[in-house]
Amino acid sequence: MDNIGLIGAVSIVTAGLTLAIGSLGPAFGEARAAAQALAAIAQQPDEANTITRTLFVSLAMIESTAIYCFVLSMILIFTNPIWNRVLEMATP
Amino acid sequence: MQITPDELIILQWGGLRLNATIVFTWIVMALLAGGARLVTARLSDDEAPSRWQNLLEVLVNGMRDQIRESSQHDPGRYLPFVGTLFLFIAVSNSLAIVPGFLSPTGSLSTTTALALCVLVAVPVYSIVGSGFGGWLRTWLQPSWLMLPFNIVGEFTRTVALAIRLYGNVMSGTLLAGLLIGIIPFFFPTLMQLLGLLTGLIQAYIFAVLAMVYIAAAAGTPGDRSGKPE
Repeated sequence: MDNIGLIGAVSIVTAGLTLAIGSLGPAFGEARAAAQALAAIAQQPDEANTITRTLFVSLAMIESTAIYCFVLSMILIFTNPIWNRVLEMATP
Repeated sequence: MQITPDELIILQWGGLRLNATIVFTWIVMALLAGGARLVTARLSDDEAPSRWQNLLEVLVNGMRDQIRESSQHDPGRYLPFVGTLFLFIAVSNSLAIVPGFLSPTGSLSTTTALALCVLVAVPVYSIVGSGFGGWLRTWLQPSWLMLPFNIVGEFTRTVALAIRLYGNVMSGTLLAGLLIGIIPFFFPTLMQLLGLLTGLIQAYIFAVLAMVYIAAAAGTPGDRSGKPE
């Protein structure tokens, strides 16, 4: 395989791996947070408003790690800077 | 495939280029400002206010309550900034269902600008609230050992704020675009519906996080007791 093909293949595989591994952790984390919040609401239904608001904010915080991975993989697939540079060097 | 509306040039004269992000931002701004101007032009305080006045009152009251609850401060000073952030992001996210409208929050430059506004607003509100010394002291919380972490955290949370909003909105548009190519008609509509929900939640989260950052730097909560009026 020539270098350009290699860079393309590595980029795509890395993008998939980034998204797969990067969404695994936040998924576990969000599941735990949601389960805890539901248990808390079941115990104290009066505090449902506060718990829900805090839950949303913390879910967003947890989710941002997954979003970083998503943005990274999108950059790798659609606007890969290394790929563009290699293409520029290959076509004088 | 383009992943941001920045790359779509709508008008160009000379070296001046007008991309889709700016145009759609102006549309949202005009919609918000014009709508508010139209409604508030004839306010009434009789028994039955007009339908639009009712809408605005519900919105403003809801935002005031949320600010009061999440910051334990009186919302008066924070409402203009935080409310504007929420309304702008919410409107530009929900207009994404209009065909041809590209949400300006789907561009990293817009979200970075919003996050920079928060970065500037935090010390401004802190200095106004508790003075210059009070603002400097917030850097030493809880002890002076945390100073480097506070400085780093100030910038990473700004980056996180920008990337979070951008990633969420961009993933929604991108997913819809990809799904239309694979499974047309029904499924993309469902994803758009989900995108509408995430768009509103992201707007809420952006505003609440901005409020939390501002309130954390603005001094001890409770000194300005948030009594409902």
